[in-house]
Amino acid sequence: MLQETAFTDMKAESKQQLSGSELLLQALEREQVEVIFGYPGGAVLPIYDKIYDSKILHVLPRHEQGGIHAAEGYARITGKPGVVIVTSGPGATNIVTGLTDAMIDSLPLVVFTGQVATGVIGTDAFQEADILGITTPITKYNYQVRNIEEIPYIVKEAFYIASSGRPGPVLIDIPKDIATGLAEMPEDKEIELPGYQPTTKPNYLQIRKLTEAVSRAKKPVILAGAGILHADAAEELKVYAEQQRIPVVHTLLGLGGFPAEHKLFLGMGGMHGCYTANMALYETDLLINIGARFDDRLTGNLAHFAPYATVAHIDIDPAEIGKNVPTEIPVVADAKEALKQLIAQEGKPPAHEEWLQTLESWQQEYPYVYEKNNSQLKPQKVMEMLYEKTNGNAIVVTDVGQHQMWAAQYYKFSKANRWVTSGGLGTMGFGLPASIGASLADKNACVLAVLGDGGFQMSTQELAVIREFNLPIKIVILNNGSLGMVRQWQELFYEERYSHSKNPVQPSFVKLAEAYDIKGYVIQTEEEAEAVLSEVLNNREPVLLDFRIDPGENVYPMIAPGKGLNEMVGVKL
Amino acid sequence: MKRIITLTVNNRPGVLNRITNLFSKRNYNIESITVGHTEIEGVSRITCAVNVENDSIIEQITKQLNKQIDVLKVTDISEQAMVARELALIKVLSTPNTRSEINAIIEPFRASIVDIGKDSLVIQITGESDKIEAFIELIKPYGIKELARTGTTAFPRGTQRTKDSTRNISIV
Repeated sequence: MLQETAFTDMKAESKQQLSGSELLLQALEREQVEVIFGYPGGAVLPIYDKIYDSKILHVLPRHEQGGIHAAEGYARITGKPGVVIVTSGPGATNIVTGLTDAMIDSLPLVVFTGQVATGVIGTDAFQEADILGITTPITKYNYQVRNIEEIPYIVKEAFYIASSGRPGPVLIDIPKDIATGLAEMPEDKEIELPGYQPTTKPNYLQIRKLTEAVSRAKKPVILAGAGILHADAAEELKVYAEQQRIPVVHTLLGLGGFPAEHKLFLGMGGMHGCYTANMALYETDLLINIGARFDDRLTGNLAHFAPYATVAHIDIDPAEIGKNVPTEIPVVADAKEALKQLIAQEGKPPAHEEWLQTLESWQQEYPYVYEKNNSQLKPQKVMEMLYEKTNGNAIVVTDVGQHQMWAAQYYKFSKANRWVTSGGLGTMGFGLPASIGASLADKNACVLAVLGDGGFQMSTQELAVIREFNLPIKIVILNNGSLGMVRQWQELFYEERYSHSKNPVQPSFVKLAEAYDIKGYVIQTEEEAEAVLSEVLNNREPVLLDFRIDPGENVYPMIAPGKGLNEMVGVKL
Repeated sequence: MKRIITLTVNNRPGVLNRITNLFSKRNYNIESITVGHTEIEGVSRITCAVNVENDSIIEQITKQLNKQIDVLKVTDISEQAMVARELALIKVLSTPNTRSEINAIIEPFRASIVDIGKDSLVIQITGESDKIEAFIELIKPYGIKELARTGTTAFPRGTQRTKDSTRNISIV
């Protein structure tokens, strides 16, 4: 309602001069931005002066990198672009990791960076950085605003580019004089991008070809990636998989796209995926990839990947098809559109009873396993308890490392968009700030920020934001006093030479939390875990749980680098 | 194998940076790249000559280029009948004795002398890269002081001799 009024006012006084910053804030309101993750500084002072009067919620991270990871968490849960504003120079360079992370995991972001005034660009002015040059390879698109009146259109186009096709980050660099200068509100302009026309509707002939291939298949399997989530196609995936009775394997990022407790779900594939999922990918004669990019952590050694399979690949990004794995049936389309058409084909389901039985027997024979040991708290046990005590309804956000894999293996996602993790880039320090964005995206959800002791210390400062907004985030630190994944690789591949992977000095995480007025617990046994979890998961208070887990625990199964999917180790105890 | 890709792109700041960046990001080697205006205002043509090991790499290159928002069209014209030209300026040492020899080489190549100095002359040559290569080889013994090549610019010929049309003729 308020927005409409603002809009009519503007029309009435169409000759009114507005500053670049005002045009920017109005453009953000038109895009219905709910939250800005931003950090002020010299070059964005004029913009911050307008933010002061804006209705849009502004969240101040304690480090710009925290701001952009929070925006990624927000984007992952809502599907809408996360909005970030930072100043020029160091503010801008501090978001480079987040942009790269969002680029490789296809998360929509619209990021505004301040810039020195147009007249001094190129003179090595105070807090000047060539952020367009720096971010060209790590953005879907980037702009530098040269004329004040371009701002409304550029913002509109940026939101469109960030959220359409294969989503990704878009950066808009705003020189200070553009933010302060005055211009009339320009006429609204339709988006015109002749060079950017994402194909969303699948080619009918390829859909026919795929339907026929399914009917003939003896060992079909669907590999479902995050494309399912970006396309909001979880329901269609379920209908199609059930219609054809095709088992489903998820990538790390796809988790939640298909219900984990479904009888057709085989689990996660890849380096730390489960036996059945990986063997299904190895043995299959028809691999239907929907919205995954055949990342090396999923495929293992390409020479041994799906050696017997006809490969079909549905992807909105044509450049992903055939990039790593030769593909016989390419379908360039939005996953939802493609699945709808596949469902409508009502093709003859494959005769694959034997395959389904084999898969089921593998599932029984080779579930995830870990050594139960009463003297040490096992991280897998912690994840199982978290799953049970939250009934699988929590939003789970992780950092990167062993804990991330345990969370992916043991938390069973029944719904889409409840899982936030840094997949492609593997960014440590991602988890805590991303949990803030996820929590702001769904204020009612219980958010589990599952972290390692290493990654937590890369973004500890964001505890302040959790306190400030009183977010119901349960910080779960699986504390093994080491950089566990590095330590595991050193144990397995570097003759146990633990070079700089064991943290000699740890702060008290509980005291640290207390410094931010957040309650903390050290948990050393299953009994303590039981008691504390029952208490803290039932309220909306933030809390920090320092689980002292078995420091020698490794993530299994595992496919060693250079090995094929069929060469897993640690499948059995 | 050498491939020639032509792109039409929006003439916007940073677009060339985005294209060349993509080549280095994806670890593709550009042999030459030329850029210039086209008949349409605001649209530039880029011609890239690349050396690739196999067809799948060239497919990736064209797909990745196509994905760029400012790229309007990408065509791998290597297989088509095309007009591909390059210009080179070569400063060669020359004495009054060798000048006529050099002239004799220039003529069949339809190159021309565009500047004469006391002990050197500047030759301009245009043509396909192979022709320029050959010319440089011939002129090398006289002593090349400086050499500048523009890289290839190209587009398909107006009339393409397709397989279909040859078949038609054979039926007649």
